[in-house]
Amino acid sequence: MKIMAVCGSGLGSSFMVEMNIKKVLKKLNIEAEVTHADLASATPEQADLFVMTKDLAASSGIPQDKLVVLNNIIDINDLEEKLVEHFNKA
Amino acid sequence: MLNQWLTNQTVKTIDSVQDWKEAIKICAAPLLNNNSISSNYIDAIFQLHESIGPYYVLAPGIAMPHARPEQGVNKLGLSMLLVKNGVNFNSEENDPVYLITLLAASDSTSHIELLTQLATLFAETEDIQTIINAKNSDEILTVINRY
Repeated sequence: MKIMAVCGSGLGSSFMVEMNIKKVLKKLNIEAEVTHADLASATPEQADLFVMTKDLAASSGIPQDKLVVLNNIIDINDLEEKLVEHFNKA
Repeated sequence: MLNQWLTNQTVKTIDSVQDWKEAIKICAAPLLNNNSISSNYIDAIFQLHESIGPYYVLAPGIAMPHARPEQGVNKLGLSMLLVKNGVNFNSEENDPVYLITLLAASDSTSHIELLTQLATLFAETEDIQTIINAKNSDEILTVINRY
């Protein structure tokens, strides 16, 4: 599985999200390749799951079923809940 | 390690600002002065914000404006501005913003350690609250010195 964290520039907030995703996956004991990118270069075929903020989700062009939307980039508990919810659906 | 970057020169407080653009300009001033960035970098943040929204507002009250290295970064830099009365960044969920941390990354890897420490700080709700309630930059630096 490939997970991509996305932000406007691809090296600030998306990087923070990537670090948090890795922490959560380790805790959940799930193996995945985690990367980060900027919105302009993130296309749906590049990953199985995309994580971004609500402010970006609407203009991202990523299908809903491949998207986890965060309100708060720093809140790792929120991220964990949303990832678990996504994995349970998949 | 954050105090390598966040010092009396780069950490400032202000009561209020007109809008988010003014907040970013004031926050960026120390990095312009020490030549970490050129004014192009600020324009790049404004442009990206206007085209895709406030992508750098991280959490309630916290923003970390940044653009790409090739958009005007000369060397790695970080600055912080506390806007005591808050300012709106047009982020539905996270306005008003009080703490603005401008990140200037000079390439895609050298800021990893810096970003890791910042993420650790941002996740500590109590320390962030202390910073947001700070009266001056010395009070902010007392917290920063622990990271």
